[in-house]
Amino acid sequence: MAVTFSVNGTSVTIDAPAATPLLWVIREQVKLTGTKFGCGAGLCGACMIHIDGERAFSCQVQLSEVSGRSVKTIEGLSGDSSHPVQKAWLAENVPQCGYCQSGQIMSAAALLAKNPKPSRDEIVEHMSTNICRCGTYPRIVRAIQRASREA
Amino acid sequence: MTALQQDYRNAQQVMNRRGFMVGAAGLTFGFSLGLLEAGTPVGNGVAQAATGNGTVMNPWVTIASDGTVAIISPATEMGQGSTTSLPLIIAEELDADWSKVRIVPAPPIEAIYGNPGFYGSMYTAGSATVTGYFKVLRQFGAQVRRVLLDNAARHWSVPVEELTTEPNVVVHLKSGRRMGYGEIAGFASVPEKAPEIAPEHLKQPSRFRLIGKDVMRSELPSKVNGSARYSIDVQVPDMLYGAVLRAPIEGSSPEKVDDAKSRAITGVVKVVKFPFGVGVVAQTPWAAFAAKNALTVTWSRDGKAQGFDSDEAFETYTAVARGTVANPVEIGEKVGDAPGTFDKATTVMEAEYRCDYAYHAQMEPLNALASVSPAGDTAEIWCGTQSQPMAVDATAKALGIPTDKVVLHDMLMGGGFGRRGNRDQEFVVDAVLLSKEVKRPVKVMWTREDDVHNGRFRPLSVHILRAGFDPDGSPIAWHHRYATDNAGKFQDPLKYNGPWKQRDVISIAGADIPSYAIPNRLAEHFPIDTGIRVVALRGIGFVANKFATEVFIDEIAYKRGIDPLAWRLELLKNAPRARKVVESVAAMAKWDRKRDDRGLGLAYIDYSGTSIAGVAEVSVERRTGQIRVSNFWVAIDQGIAVQPDNIIAQTESSVVYGLGLSLTERISIKHGEVQESNFYDYTVMRNRDVPEIHVEVIATDNHPTGVGQMATPLVGPALSNAVAALTGARVRHSPLLPERVLAVMKA
Repeated sequence: MAVTFSVNGTSVTIDAPAATPLLWVIREQVKLTGTKFGCGAGLCGACMIHIDGERAFSCQVQLSEVSGRSVKTIEGLSGDSSHPVQKAWLAENVPQCGYCQSGQIMSAAALLAKNPKPSRDEIVEHMSTNICRCGTYPRIVRAIQRASREA
Repeated sequence: MTALQQDYRNAQQVMNRRGFMVGAAGLTFGFSLGLLEAGTPVGNGVAQAATGNGTVMNPWVTIASDGTVAIISPATEMGQGSTTSLPLIIAEELDADWSKVRIVPAPPIEAIYGNPGFYGSMYTAGSATVTGYFKVLRQFGAQVRRVLLDNAARHWSVPVEELTTEPNVVVHLKSGRRMGYGEIAGFASVPEKAPEIAPEHLKQPSRFRLIGKDVMRSELPSKVNGSARYSIDVQVPDMLYGAVLRAPIEGSSPEKVDDAKSRAITGVVKVVKFPFGVGVVAQTPWAAFAAKNALTVTWSRDGKAQGFDSDEAFETYTAVARGTVANPVEIGEKVGDAPGTFDKATTVMEAEYRCDYAYHAQMEPLNALASVSPAGDTAEIWCGTQSQPMAVDATAKALGIPTDKVVLHDMLMGGGFGRRGNRDQEFVVDAVLLSKEVKRPVKVMWTREDDVHNGRFRPLSVHILRAGFDPDGSPIAWHHRYATDNAGKFQDPLKYNGPWKQRDVISIAGADIPSYAIPNRLAEHFPIDTGIRVVALRGIGFVANKFATEVFIDEIAYKRGIDPLAWRLELLKNAPRARKVVESVAAMAKWDRKRDDRGLGLAYIDYSGTSIAGVAEVSVERRTGQIRVSNFWVAIDQGIAVQPDNIIAQTESSVVYGLGLSLTERISIKHGEVQESNFYDYTVMRNRDVPEIHVEVIATDNHPTGVGQMATPLVGPALSNAVAALTGARVRHSPLLPERVLAVMKA
């Protein structure tokens, strides 16, 4: 079936089976590969995106569910890595292998959009949806605190 | 022929023409300046090192007329940072302007780019990169600087001794003249023979501008905006998608394949039977995954691990370690005469320790893209690998073609931890074989379930520790006997039968306790051929061996009624660097301060020249046995700190990895098959599980040693020791699962 939705402000129409995971549509058809495949089961958060401003595991969303909706990926967070979360991520040297970091950043941006001054506990709890096997967690927390301060 | 292929060919021809010195005892890094004539367009250069016109200074450095300094990095990148640190070492001695440095991945030519400190291999592993390349890269950088100085001296007709450099500029102080490296590169002639640089002419550490100062890792900006490229992200025209159902037991093969349901799925192109499994090719990833899941396969029952059970294995391994079942033995450490000294001991202590299998869980499930020519005689591959030549060799072998017919695109790795360093590079071969079948490019992706089921694990182990004491209570004899799967043999048969001399060096690593003043020591390793897929995992043999030895050291302290800190300092009386890290970490943790409901545990490790000590602070939920870690302190002395903040980052990372291995991570095997599947039953650390981590980097002027995994093996013993300090109960089985903690607390 053909589904029309917006990705990072641009309207796209995708012809694929209705149950196709949005993750694969974004990566292979829209060709935005910053959103990552990690577990396929909504357990690791590498595929985190925003749908109408709410964070979502794109591996758990079917194509048909986003008809007419607005999807944002890491590539659409800012045109020039100028989002406060991205700037803070560089300032704190957060990424190591980097594979999970698009998802971490999208989770963090969703948190700050709703709660600009989160407590440390709120940050830790919110970010526990996202696995980082390199263990950059202490720096993720510091970067979110920095972004919250500097935004 | 692609541009990259052309570069490889040129590089090989240049090498043949000039000849690199290869010594009988291994590799000598032949340094051959003037590989190409000055001004040769760099597009055809050895390393494709810079855009525009430039001068190839040597196989590592090319300087373009605009001042761009292209420097080769021989390491692959999995987040550890050596892709930045190695070029930075060259740039330091070359006095390059770091903002003008462009980092170029090395082509897979071990004769030039192999690690002189690691069997001459291009193999990014073992935290061996900076330490192995440090000396030669400083030389190379200094030699290039000298060539630039000589050229400027000739140009200005002044003695070279009157010249000095500032970043990317040669300066004649007397006359105030200055000339940029790019300008010099425009006319420079490069001598046939590399200039000699005496050690005293290398920079003094006090003059370092880059080493010891933090620079941003070169690939970091790409990792906050989605532009970082991993092999899973690569798409090429006409590409198809592959998935492979591998035999659940290594060595089994598909006997009967029912693929009717798979073929009925829209978009499925082909189903292929291999000796090791069944591959499917489809037009979309989801069709490929669905087709793989729809296969019904009857497997042969001839895999060596048929019937293997990891719970039962503990009993078998214990029998082997105790010598009641015959097994080959190899020596991990032998100092003095431990067996003979036990006869003279007044008292003897003994304890037994166990460690489960563990899984790497790199975040990027294994994958590769291959494009094999329709005739099957050339191939291009895109993969993230810990060894570029291994990926090329495995591809060439799978196709029966020479290695120079394979072009590698070396991509970023979404985690490595040892999973991408196995000789057979099976995750690359999957794509190669399927591409050959369909005569189109194929990207094979493993699902997370594939990645777990087809995992290659940290071995299971059983350790028997004995210590003998004289009448004063001083330790006079130490004997460590332990049994594990043979990881070295499975991981890399070529090295196992070559430089490793048929020793399982992966499992042997860390069996020695060189800094401890115990006069008679023996470590005996019993490698067992189980047929289970086992390889190195972050911390390699150290994780299991140090769990056993550092907990045992602690048990001795308790038995003797000495504070574990005082006891270690006594044992380390002849090792000042070791004492320093132990004293530092004790001060950081305020070791002497009493805590309510929290226990402190200490561990110390010598790890390939790095001295590292850690203290864990834990509480225990007494009803469930759940351990909660509130703080973890580390002091690390790795000699020269090339990139201090990266050392902290790697140490934090190593601690978090160690927490997972020590608290929750366990692979179990029944009937030879892996039981876990995904992050719901193989649980790794999340943000909420991580304590405050405090790292002190103790920089010394010693040769730099590894930092990428040194803290991982500290965690298990520090936790067990902390639980014992708090509860009096000793957990001797890692991971320290709640039920195991509860069991010893009740005992």
